[in-house]
Amino acid sequence: MSDTRIVAARGPLSAEDLRGSGRRRRRERSIRGVFFGAASTAVVVSALIVLSLAGRALRFAVRVDPGALWTSGWFPRRGMYDLRTIFVGTFLVAGVAMVVAAPLGLGAAIYLSEYAKPRVRRWLKPGLETLAGIPSIVMGFFALAVISPDIVQKLASQATLFNLAAAGLGVGILIVPLVASVAEDSMHAVPNALREAAFGLGARRGGTSLRVVVPAAVSGIVAALIIGVSRAIGETMVVAVVAGGTGGSAFTLNIFHPGQTATAAMAALATGSDQVKGEALTFESLFFVGFLLFVMTLVLNMVSERFVRRLRKSF
Amino acid sequence: MATVVEIELTREAVGRALRGRRIRLGTVAFQALLLLTLLIAMGVLVALLGDVARTGLPVFQERGTDFLRTGYSTLASRAGVFQGLVGSLMLMGFVVVIAFPLGIGAAIYMEEYARNTRLTRFINANIRNLAGVPSIVYGLLGLAIFVEALGGVTGGLTVISGGLTLSVLVLPIVMITAAEALRAVPQSVREAGYGVGATRWEVVRSHVLPSAAPGILTGTILSLGRAFGETAPLLLVGAKLGFIATGGGSLLDKLHGPYTSLPSTIFVFTRQPNQEFQALAAAAIVVLMAVLLVMNSGAIVMRNRYERRW
Repeated sequence: MSDTRIVAARGPLSAEDLRGSGRRRRRERSIRGVFFGAASTAVVVSALIVLSLAGRALRFAVRVDPGALWTSGWFPRRGMYDLRTIFVGTFLVAGVAMVVAAPLGLGAAIYLSEYAKPRVRRWLKPGLETLAGIPSIVMGFFALAVISPDIVQKLASQATLFNLAAAGLGVGILIVPLVASVAEDSMHAVPNALREAAFGLGARRGGTSLRVVVPAAVSGIVAALIIGVSRAIGETMVVAVVAGGTGGSAFTLNIFHPGQTATAAMAALATGSDQVKGEALTFESLFFVGFLLFVMTLVLNMVSERFVRRLRKSF
Repeated sequence: MATVVEIELTREAVGRALRGRRIRLGTVAFQALLLLTLLIAMGVLVALLGDVARTGLPVFQERGTDFLRTGYSTLASRAGVFQGLVGSLMLMGFVVVIAFPLGIGAAIYMEEYARNTRLTRFINANIRNLAGVPSIVYGLLGLAIFVEALGGVTGGLTVISGGLTLSVLVLPIVMITAAEALRAVPQSVREAGYGVGATRWEVVRSHVLPSAAPGILTGTILSLGRAFGETAPLLLVGAKLGFIATGGGSLLDKLHGPYTSLPSTIFVFTRQPNQEFQALAAAAIVVLMAVLLVMNSGAIVMRNRYERRW
């Protein structure tokens, strides 16, 4: 009230009068500063990740005998850092995982987006969310207790109890919800006019889904698959429990044999009896592998994001 | 004559098309196939929960709550998850105190204050990339920064380092979910606040935050659940089995002692070769899943009850 009176006394209102008191503005600025500080932690954390990885990764790359990077297996405590072993293992596990997650995730996405009635959705969505919330150590236990003996060993008699295939199946199930939700989002973004046009031409629901909606949403679907691969590559505990590469692993291309992935190799280094010590460069190798893993997932995530953006732009 | 036949034929064809013909096998099969993919995923979930319950529940029948109250032992008949539970609760404390305020604050900045500048887009890209970094890489960050560089403050491989590592891990998730909740508040609410002369912070505090609170809370609880089940990064920042400073000693002593967490305990049990420990692992998973279920269903109930549709 008193403010209005002052303004009235001074004559016509100017922009100056609307700025409020200096104290109020200073308080606003400092609050804004606090929130900006919170937001900038994201940049700080990114920088810290690169900083904490790059130094030791570089030291490893400089000091390691190049011959040690191409040996018969990954046995860091014996100075054998065969990168082939752990990265081929990583791709084998991710490959098996995608064989499971791609059809299941995309099928689920098409069903939820194009077929499911609201009532059915209300039951299926929380189910998928629960599956997404299963901690990976729990899936690791299940892979060792059930998937490996009851599925993998039944299908392939030569399979050992610890094997890459069981790890891949477990990881695949874990990433189904992620693939399904990204793919469903992209199909949801396809305008209804496209579906109605197809129905108007006499197409049935199946044809509309496969020939109209899926092609229209294809970049989102590609993004879903890429982000699935990225998650599969970074998954640790399932592989650490059931792939069987405790301590080290010989090179293998056979998914029914024990093997090692980049993530499980790091977990094994951290849980070994002598903790992360031993041979001179063992500790550094941990950071080197971590750095490669970080770069790989970063590139995949960025590519996936580009595909999502392309989808958003087209509608 | 011919036209009458044609008209008849046309009418028949149109009628058939409108009524729909016989059920098409291919259509039904395709829909069934799609539903099957979902049912397989759900089936695995049910099988997983069933197997864990079947293996784990006998432990509770045999030992009751003793399993929750005893610590680690090399004897399967005496080993429990007490230290894991206590450790996990302490770790959650760190996440609540560190990751929640930072994450929500960042979300407020990104949604309410930031203009579309290059810096804003850079911060945004960082947040989204952090959310996709594998959890074990956060373990390396914790090892290099919290355990080694800040070892003087954290005491090295302690629950403080573990808590900080988990906080950093869920920070981007909290930021993203809180930002989504803020974005759902319609612009008109803010404009109404500005219209009566409120400053930005006043609008945020008295209108935007209360409206977005249920969504923010749901998101934070879900990210707390994520931190609760996380194992891999803790392997690198020292969650060991069986050691936690219990009894005696000040709080600071406890924080500086060795620690473990519930998922780490499960990992150790799982790696023991004999059958009794497999049952213990399953029983510990029952505890973990029960806590997660309570947290997640609480979050969902809260979302359904308090979420406002604009």
